Amino acid sequence: MAGVALGPDRTLLIACGALARETLAVIRANGIEDRVAVTCLPAILHNRPERIPERLRQRIRTARAMGWTRIRIAYADCGTGGGIDRMLAEEGADRIGGPHCYSFFAGAPDFDRLMEEEPGSFFLTDFLTRHFHTLVVEGMGLDRHPELLPMFFGNYRRVVYLAQTEDPALQAQAKAAAERLGLDYEYRFTGYGEFAGFVAAST
Amino acid sequence: MADDDIDLNALNDEELVEQMWDDLYDGLADEIVESVNILLARKWTPYDVLTKALVEGMRIVGIDFRDGILFVPEVLLAANAMKRGMFILRPLLAETGAPKVGKMVIGTVKGDIHDIGKNLVSMMMEGAGFEVIDLGINNPVENYLKAIEEHQPDIVGMSALLTTTMPYMKVVIDTLKEQGIRDDYVVLVGGAPLNEEFAREIGADAYCRDAAVAVETAKDFMRRKHNQAKVVAAG
Repeated sequence: MAGVALGPDRTLLIACGALARETLAVIRANGIEDRVAVTCLPAILHNRPERIPERLRQRIRTARAMGWTRIRIAYADCGTGGGIDRMLAEEGADRIGGPHCYSFFAGAPDFDRLMEEEPGSFFLTDFLTRHFHTLVVEGMGLDRHPELLPMFFGNYRRVVYLAQTEDPALQAQAKAAAERLGLDYEYRFTGYGEFAGFVAAST
Repeated sequence: MADDDIDLNALNDEELVEQMWDDLYDGLADEIVESVNILLARKWTPYDVLTKALVEGMRIVGIDFRDGILFVPEVLLAANAMKRGMFILRPLLAETGAPKVGKMVIGTVKGDIHDIGKNLVSMMMEGAGFEVIDLGINNPVENYLKAIEEHQPDIVGMSALLTTTMPYMKVVIDTLKEQGIRDDYVVLVGGAPLNEEFAREIGADAYCRDAAVAVETAKDFMRRKHNQAKVVAAG
């Protein structure tokens, strides 16, 4: 939280580290730097969702102790099974809707449709594409134990890259990730989707 | 065998079983296969090899997973090693008539293709003496109904990893209620985003947070069922 300047009318967004770049991009695009501040939890929590609610609770309490009164949470449910919502009800803060960041980037109806047409869809965002090796290959132990690949990904059929920015280098990385997992590849440009509205409305 | 490898044949039974716990913990499948064969050659019953060596070893793995010492990749490697051991034991268990505790139909619900947790539960339930009918992934309610009718299980197990698919468990339970057969079966549910409150809300009998809990819960329900049967018979 060091370096996040408190102001009388400022809102603090507590975001997943996987959304840091996107959050700042939307803040800049809306010219609301003086009204919205951002602090992030480590993105690696993506792999341990059961730990997210308590880490968020601690961050909210720390922020309140520092004097922040307007706090919003840039996390979806993120596999916590309502754990974040139960904690937020106790702490009195709100979050962006949706089950995953994939959902609010793609837009809920499109995300539901993608899941319905192929339940074996593995989603990448810009962040997950950039950090695919750390979070997926190393995070799931596939670098040390390639024999685990069919156990983790045997039921998946395709990688869907939901792109926040149009970046040919990232597209090449996402395609390589799909090849690494032995899955079909699909590219969809989503931009910031519903996330843009959430951040812009946090002033 | 490399110079620094342990000669498994040179270990006595107690040492060998402890070594198997270590080998399961380290996911050493070849060593598990070798040890299973050694114990069988020493006239251990397949049931004892399964319960005293493999299941107990996986129980230790389960505890360290719950405590955050081991992570999913290590648990999968251990499970894979146990599976290799089970592959040898399964036909022998059938031949020797090992005790059957009960029967379970289990599957991942519709829209969900995740099966790591479910597979662990299947394996541990089988290790605990349950007959397991595994329906695989992405199961609509019809699959559960068909399997229930065909196999007449004691327990129906459902798994989901996604917040978006876990509500489908209620669809299955509500259908069982509509058909008037809900109370004929114990319904156990599991999966990372679930909790006890959710299980209660949808009308399941219990939420099982991991494979070890699933086994204990299933055994507990089977004990109750037998006690009830005794009371009815005595009455």
